[in-house]
Amino acid sequence: MNIVVCVKQVPDTATERKLRSDDKTLDRDAADGVINELCEYAVEEALRLKEAHGGEVTVLTMGPDKASDTIRKALAMGADKAVHLVDDALHGSDALGTSHALAQALKKISFDLVVLGSESTDARTGVLAAMLAERLGVPQLTFANQVQIDKGAISIQRVTDYGYDRVEASLPAVVSVVEKINEPRYPSFKGIMAAKKKPVEKLGVAEAEVDASQVGLAGSWSEVVDFAAAPPRAAGTVVKDEGDGGVKAADFLASKKFV
Amino acid sequence: MSEILVLVEHVEGQVKKVTLELLTLARKLGAPSAVWTGAGYSPEAAAKLAEYGAEKIYVADSAEVSDYVVAPKAELLAHLVAEKSPSVVLVAATAEAKEIAGRLAIKIDSGVLTDVVGIEDGLVADQSIFGGGVNVRSRVTKGTPIIAVRPNSTPVEAAAGAGTEEQVSFTVSEAAKSARIVERVKQEKGARPELTEAAVVVSGGRGVGSADKFSIIEELADSLGAAVGASRAATDAGWYPHQFQVGQTGKTVSPQLYIAAGISGAIQHRAGMQTAKTIVAINKDPEAPIFELADFGVVGDLHEVIPQLTQEVTKRK
Ligand SMILES: Cc1cc2nc3c(=O)[nH]c(=O)nc-3n(C[C@H](O)[C@H](O)[C@H](O)COP(=O)(O)OP(=O)(O)OC[C@H]3O[C@@H](n4cnc5c(N)ncnc54)[C@H](O)[C@@H]3O)c2cc1C
Ligand SMILES: Cc1cc2nc3c(=O)[nH]c(=O)nc-3n(C[C@H](O)[C@H](O)[C@H](O)COP(=O)(O)OP(=O)(O)OC[C@H]3O[C@@H](n4cnc5c(N)ncnc54)[C@H](O)[C@@H]3O)c2cc1C
Repeated sequence: MNIVVCVKQVPDTATERKLRSDDKTLDRDAADGVINELCEYAVEEALRLKEAHGGEVTVLTMGPDKASDTIRKALAMGADKAVHLVDDALHGSDALGTSHALAQALKKISFDLVVLGSESTDARTGVLAAMLAERLGVPQLTFANQVQIDKGAISIQRVTDYGYDRVEASLPAVVSVVEKINEPRYPSFKGIMAAKKKPVEKLGVAEAEVDASQVGLAGSWSEVVDFAAAPPRAAGTVVKDEGDGGVKAADFLASKKFV
Repeated sequence: MSEILVLVEHVEGQVKKVTLELLTLARKLGAPSAVWTGAGYSPEAAAKLAEYGAEKIYVADSAEVSDYVVAPKAELLAHLVAEKSPSVVLVAATAEAKEIAGRLAIKIDSGVLTDVVGIEDGLVADQSIFGGGVNVRSRVTKGTPIIAVRPNSTPVEAAAGAGTEEQVSFTVSEAAKSARIVERVKQEKGARPELTEAAVVVSGGRGVGSADKFSIIEELADSLGAAVGASRAATDAGWYPHQFQVGQTGKTVSPQLYIAAGISGAIQHRAGMQTAKTIVAINKDPEAPIFELADFGVVGDLHEVIPQLTQEVTKRK
C-alpha cells in the first residue's frame, strides 16, 4: 500500500508569531519552524498502517527550503522517502492554491491513501483534507480517531460534537487524523541517521504541473487587506481565598451580569 | 436586495444558536435565505428561522444529503449558488461546516475565509489569528465569497423575515456518495449546551484530581447554564471524554465567559480559549500562567472555592 502523508512546517506556538509587514504573509523567519503537531500523528498513523499492511510511506510537504527540517523529522520517525514541493511561485498561496498544488503533486505520486492532520496550528483553516478529497475525486474520511483497513476497504471513526460517526469507503481515500488517534513515536538515533540518506525529491511548479495562475499571492482567491496586533488584555484582579473565594468570584460574575 | 445563503446547523431538527447568529449577521449584508439539510425539518424550525430574519428557506431534507460525509452538502450549496446567484455564502466555523465550505469553494471556484469574527462593509472580514494575538482584515477576491463565522461572535437579535419555504429538487451525485456514514454514536453528557457554541464554559484540569470530582465542575456549569470543558491533562487521564478537550488540538471556544479551574494555562490550552470575552481562573498556585489572562482570579483550592461559588450562583438566581 502506498501511503502519502502531508506534513506542514509551522512556526513554533511557544514563540511570538507574526505576519510580514511587506506582503502580509506569515513571517517564517520570526519564529522557529516545527512540524505541525497533528502532522506528527498523521505520520505515526501512516507508519502503523504500513507496519500492519505493508507498503511505503512518502512524506509530501509544500514549503520553502527551510521546510526540509520538517521533512527530515518525518523521515527520522520512519517514513521511507519524501517529495518537497518548493518554488518561490508558491509563496503566499491560500487554501485553494495550496490544495491545488498538493493535489497536482499527489497525481504524480501513486497513492492508495493520503493522510493529513485535521488542522494546522498557524492558519487553522481545517479545510485541506476536504479540499484534497474534492480535487482528487476520492472519499473523504476526516477527523479520524481510529482507522481500519481491510484489503481495499477502509473504515474510520469520525469525531463529531456528539461522539463519533462510523464511516466506510473504499481505497484510494483521503484521511485526516485527530490527536487521540495514537501517540507519535520519538525518532531514534538510528532513525535520525538513516533519515539523512533517504531520498527527497524536490518538485517545482513546472515539474508538478501546477497551474502557476492558481498559486502564490497573485493566484489566491482571497487577500489580507491589513492587520494589527490585538490590544493586550487589561490586567485582571487576583484575590487569595480566605474562606470567601467563591463568594468573591460570585460577586465578580454578578458585576458582569453573568448571574 | 442581494440574497445571502446561510447554511443551517441543527441537532435533530433543533436549530442551533450559531445559525441565529448567522441570520442576524446576514441581515446586515442582504436578504438571508436559510438552507436546511437533512432530516428533522418542522414548522417549529421554520418559524425559528423566520423569526431571526430568513426571507426564504430552502429545504433539502432527504436522508441522502446527510448519510455521506460532507460532499453532498457541498454539492447542494453549489447547486443553490448556481441557481440563486447569492452575493455571499455564510456557514458556521465548525469543523464540518468548514469542510463543506472548503469543498464548495473548489466547486464554484470561489475564495473561502475561515474563523471570521465580523463582516464589515464591502464584505471585508475580520479574522482573529494566532490564538487572538493578531487581528486581520481580509476579503475574497475571486467568485462568491464563502465565509465561515465563529460561534459567539455576533449577538443574536430577532427580526422577522417572510420565511417562504421552497423545496429544493436536487439529487446527490454518485461521486458524492463515496464515504458512507454507517453508524452515529452519541456520547452526550446530559442536556448541556454544546461546547463550541456555549455562551459560558466551565473547564476543569489536572487540579480537579479525579473523574468523580468532575461533578463539582458540572454542578457549577449547570448553575450557570454552561458547557463543560477540560484540559488535555484531564482528558488524557480519562477523567472527562475527549470531545470536551479545549485547546490547540481540541476544540476552540470563544464564549462570553470561560472559567478555568485547576488549569495551569499552557500555551496549547490557551490557543483554544483565549478569545473568550471574560476569563475567570481558580488555581492554588499564584504563579500559574492562567492568571496572566484572567479578568478575575482566585488563588485557592478549587475543591473549596467551586462548591461555594456554585452555591452563591444558585442563591442569587
Ligand atoms: C493566519 C492565517 C490565516 C489564513 N486564513 C486563510 C483563510 O481564511 N482562507 C484561505 O484560503 N487561506 C488562509 N490562509 C492560508 C493557508 O495557511 C494556506 O493555504 C495553508 O497552506 C493551508 O491552510 P492550513 O494550514 O490552514 O491547513 P489545514 O487544513 O488547517 O491543515 C490540515 C493539514 O493539511 C496538511 N497541509 C496543510 N498545508 C500543507 C502544506 N503546505 N504542505 C503539506 N501539507 C499541508 C497537513 O497535513 C495539515 O495537518 C491563512 C494563513 C494564515 C497564516
Ligand atoms: C501536541 C500537544 C498538543 C496539546 N494540545 C492541548 C490541548 O488541546 N488542550 C490542552 O489543554 N492541552 C494541550 N496540550 C497539553 C498542554 O501542554 C498542558 O500539558 C495541559 O494543558 C495541562 O493541563 P492542566 O493545566 O490541566 O494540567 P497542569 O499543567 O498539570 O496544571 C494543573 C494546575 O492545577 C493546579 N491545581 C492543582 N490542584 C489544585 C487544586 N486543588 N485547586 C486549584 N488548583 C489546583 C495546579 O497549580 C496547576 O496550575 C498539548 C500538548 C502537546 C504537546
